[in-house]
Amino acid sequence: MYRYDEFDHTLVRERVDQFRDQVARRVAGDLSEDEFRPLRLANGLYLQLHAYMLRVAIPYGTLSGRQMRKLADIARRYDRGYGHFTTRQNIQFNWPSLTDVPDILAELATVEMHAIQTSGNVIRNTTADPYAGVAQDELEDPRIYAELIRRWSTFHPEFSFLPRKFKIAVTGAADDRAATTFHDIGLRLHRNAAGERGFEVLVGGGQGRTPVIAKTVRGFLPKRDLLSYLEAILRVYNLLGRRDNIYKARIKILVDSTGVETFAGLVEREFDEIRDGALVLPPEEIERIRACFAPPAYDLLPGDDAEFLTARRADRAFDYWCQTNVRPHRQPGYAIADISLKPPGGIPGDATAGQMDLLADLAERFSFDELRITYKQNVVLPHVRQADLQEIWRDLDAAGLATANADLATDIIACPGLDYCNLANARSIPVAQKIGTRLTESGRLNDIGRLRLNISGCINACGHHHAADIGILGVDRKGEEFYQITLGGSPETDAAIGEVIGPSFSYADIDGAVERILDTYLSLRRDGEAFGDTWRRIGSRPFKEALYGAA
Amino acid sequence: MALLKNDDIVADGWTRAGDDEAIGDGILPIVSLSRWQRDREELIGRNTGIGIVLKSDEPPELIADDIGRFGVICLDFPKFTDGRGYSHARLLRSRYGFTGEIRAVGNVLRDQALFMRRCGIDGFEIADDSPVESWRRAFRELSVRYQPAEDREPPDIAEPRMRPYLKETAIGSRLH
Repeated sequence: MYRYDEFDHTLVRERVDQFRDQVARRVAGDLSEDEFRPLRLANGLYLQLHAYMLRVAIPYGTLSGRQMRKLADIARRYDRGYGHFTTRQNIQFNWPSLTDVPDILAELATVEMHAIQTSGNVIRNTTADPYAGVAQDELEDPRIYAELIRRWSTFHPEFSFLPRKFKIAVTGAADDRAATTFHDIGLRLHRNAAGERGFEVLVGGGQGRTPVIAKTVRGFLPKRDLLSYLEAILRVYNLLGRRDNIYKARIKILVDSTGVETFAGLVEREFDEIRDGALVLPPEEIERIRACFAPPAYDLLPGDDAEFLTARRADRAFDYWCQTNVRPHRQPGYAIADISLKPPGGIPGDATAGQMDLLADLAERFSFDELRITYKQNVVLPHVRQADLQEIWRDLDAAGLATANADLATDIIACPGLDYCNLANARSIPVAQKIGTRLTESGRLNDIGRLRLNISGCINACGHHHAADIGILGVDRKGEEFYQITLGGSPETDAAIGEVIGPSFSYADIDGAVERILDTYLSLRRDGEAFGDTWRRIGSRPFKEALYGAA
Repeated sequence: MALLKNDDIVADGWTRAGDDEAIGDGILPIVSLSRWQRDREELIGRNTGIGIVLKSDEPPELIADDIGRFGVICLDFPKFTDGRGYSHARLLRSRYGFTGEIRAVGNVLRDQALFMRRCGIDGFEIADDSPVESWRRAFRELSVRYQPAEDREPPDIAEPRMRPYLKETAIGSRLH
């Protein structure tokens, strides 16, 4: 795992002092709320419906047991005993008091954590494939480059007042598990015809009220040029992105209005000016960072563990969890375990302090002291021996963390919604709870299979509803909560934006509507056909008829 | 307004001249881009120093051919959230080789001062009652540099603490 060097330590320490001073000046009245807002936002501190919310960065979603234990400690001491994992692989605390925040940041600094650039119109926490370094289909660990981007983007003096927020994701695998096409910049490591490794650079993806799939501006970018090219993109955006309308300020709108060829031309022209400048990445530096992400000292195992296979045959519940939540690992005899934070009736992404402590223990005992957070708001133990899985599963089960639903219909991404957020039009959490409970009780989850169902409480789309097989969007209709349904979206390699299926449903009717969509899918799908494939084959009509009756 | 340069309030030798305002003898004027474009020959003919103020939507390439004629280039920040001036400052230093004063004017706040300085801005138009000590602190709040920019460090910071691999290539100049 990456460990801070003296530069990182110094920066984070100085940042705590700087923010402590800013809070003191705000409390003393020397800073107006208008002046303080961008300062606190650049440090992940929002003012929500009921309280401040602090968002803590988990760079590329990787953290150690010690770090997870510190998050639990903060949840206990400064919050109400829980935290909420987010779609940017971060964690949010919902109830800190303003004057405690500098102390919380000082606590975080002791375990090499911070809240820098987790909000505001800056380059946000760079995300990566949660299976980085362990997936079988991976060409190279994307965290090496996410870490280089973290450094380059941290307190970048030129890009700290961008037109709008800016999100970057990196993947090094064939399957896109980082939703790169839904980011302002998506980077995909691949090999060119000459066999060299470099990046496909996608720009202008995003969700929000105008969902867009990112477009390729560069098919192949050599690694040495990564930071220079990013700087060129950001400079073009900083200079030309709209600042007159917050809803048209993201880079996707700029790319759309100039056209992708013209935009790519502007970037290339800027890149030509700086390509041999100070940002060139020397191969030695890449190798130095690579060493920070070197694989742990795995035991050399012959292959699948015989006792593990026997245990699966003997215990149906354990076997079912393995089917849904355990993924193949590149190292023989090892596995990747997805830990679902989506129990039926629970709040998606929430974990209690006790659960966080357990996750820290399990990481230390069984996973080379490493955890991952996924944008699907779950946790991953990335390096566990198959032989240890049953013990892990029992411990998880005792803590309410053994829900066997990873990537199934109840593995719901949901934003905090109107229960917390002052932008929301409708509640998301109770809808997720209701649907989760209903689908679990229907006993059909396994039959439905892999299916993404996401919920956002407003058009800002923090719950990724556009990028789901079934997306649910909360809207306000004359003061009442209604829910619009989109179908056919996908965040993966076959990226697609969901299509609105028709008029919205009331809070009381939304779970029934979801059930009718699933009935339709189950009755019309061909053998083993995924929801997206059925949707593309049969189109919207059967679903419309099921929801609204024949036209 | 007061002018902060380096760590101190200094006398401002320059005078803002309105677009239709007569410029008296011995005045070092700062003019708008539109006046510069309209009165260019006349202003050059005065044979005094000239300053210009660029709005945030007026990129430096508009004065690229005349860069060497200006003693000061003011970058206007209409709102502190309008970040175009940061890119403009960097381009003035790195692409157009401007070595005179780059002055931030408009909504210039001490919590943005470090970023501005790192982009090559070395003059700050600040409120008369603004506590200078607080600005001095602002320039020193973060001593670590994760990326090369147009850094000019305060004299008491011996070495910019730059990532080692960047240190060798970055163009860091000393502030005097």
